[in-house]
Amino acid sequence: MRNGLTSRLALLGFGFLLAAAPLAGAQAGNLSLPAKVVAGAAFTLQTSGSGPATLYITGTGAVLRRQVQLGDAVSIAAGELDRAGHYVVFLEHGGTADTGEFDVVPAPQPASLAFLAKPSRLSVDQRDGISGAVYIFDKYHNLIIRPMPVSFALSVPGGSTQSRTAQSRDGAAWTQMNSSAREGAAKFVATAGDVTSTRIIEQVPGDPCTLKLSAHPDGQNIALSTDPIRDCSGNPIPDGTIVTFTETFNGEQTTVDVPVKKDIAQAEVPAHDGARITVATGVVLGNEIRWGR
Amino acid sequence: MKILRALLALWMVGSVAWGLTPDEADVHVQPPHLDTPRPLNYTTREAALRDYLESWKAMTEALAQNRPGLLDADFAGTARDQLAATIQEQAALGIRTRYQPLSHNIQIVFYSPEGLSIQLVDDIEYDVQILHQNNVLTARQVHARYIAVLTPTEVRWRVRLFQAVSE
Repeated sequence: MRNGLTSRLALLGFGFLLAAAPLAGAQAGNLSLPAKVVAGAAFTLQTSGSGPATLYITGTGAVLRRQVQLGDAVSIAAGELDRAGHYVVFLEHGGTADTGEFDVVPAPQPASLAFLAKPSRLSVDQRDGISGAVYIFDKYHNLIIRPMPVSFALSVPGGSTQSRTAQSRDGAAWTQMNSSAREGAAKFVATAGDVTSTRIIEQVPGDPCTLKLSAHPDGQNIALSTDPIRDCSGNPIPDGTIVTFTETFNGEQTTVDVPVKKDIAQAEVPAHDGARITVATGVVLGNEIRWGR
Repeated sequence: MKILRALLALWMVGSVAWGLTPDEADVHVQPPHLDTPRPLNYTTREAALRDYLESWKAMTEALAQNRPGLLDADFAGTARDQLAATIQEQAALGIRTRYQPLSHNIQIVFYSPEGLSIQLVDDIEYDVQILHQNNVLTARQVHARYIAVLTPTEVRWRVRLFQAVSE
């Protein structure tokens, strides 16, 4: 995008490089550091020489300062440095400073998961309709970078369980699942190590699959009723789904919209000899009945 | 040695005075390395990268001025809380730190399938100084690898996780 570094070097020449070289070499002077420490663990920095000094440990995750005596070991207590990151150490003494760097790495065991699951509600039997992603954290909420298996399971009461296992990369793992054929509240569970996180996915019936209409005389009217309406997986569609009955007679149409109640829809239309009666809901059209002759 | 330290300190102070702000860092962007099914379109990628680089500017200013409120527009959640805690630790010690990014080498490595998070890695070089009452106590050039997780908010991506990792 931009080339600020080149222009900076052109402006400043090699002054910085000359000045930085002694700094890099000073790390071995009065300061001995571990390359890595585990977040939250106790560790020791070793100094050499004599006299008082001030030790700084700085990073975007934490800042510490200690007054120390050169030649002594500096102990960092358990829990004192628990944020993973890259830390720079400055040991200032007598107007000069020794510097070094070390990493604080996440604790190895997962302690919590950030589990993103979507959607919260969908129709049954949708291929790859459900997705989940997890980020894995240690007990100090550091992202655990090392690869580890993460298992995902999706189940509904009385139904089968889908399982997948994914290997985390840079602390993240993901999966996709099919919504199951059975409606209901599905448990979507992610597990890493001994830690699990659960989300509930509401699986609702799909669109009606077929409509079957029957008709019976009822005085001056015709009583219309559907068979129980189900989706293509056999789940009853929700109450409240609108079903439309249409009667056509002598070029005129009578339309009745009714909600489904207890799996079926019912209505009454005037009885006309020779009328044609149809039923529909959504994009599904049911059978046609011709009344009388 | 003392002369070299003084020269270095002068150079550091001078570089800021000459307007070498963090946005002048050399930025390289590698092609995304994704294994998720959700396509990462150009607009989304550019927005996430822009907001991530903006977050570095906000962070460097917040750490240099000990003002955690400067984090609010660019950071959220754990990242915001941890950086604010670092700033509070600095303030308690009476010091400030000045981060001067020199180069970013960024790659997006994860775009979660539901579209709610983007993860990137940044091999970054920066100068870091510790200041006490405007005096540079010491300085060092650092190379580190950062991982950031960004999540969408109303108008921008915000950094929710920000962590340097061991290489």
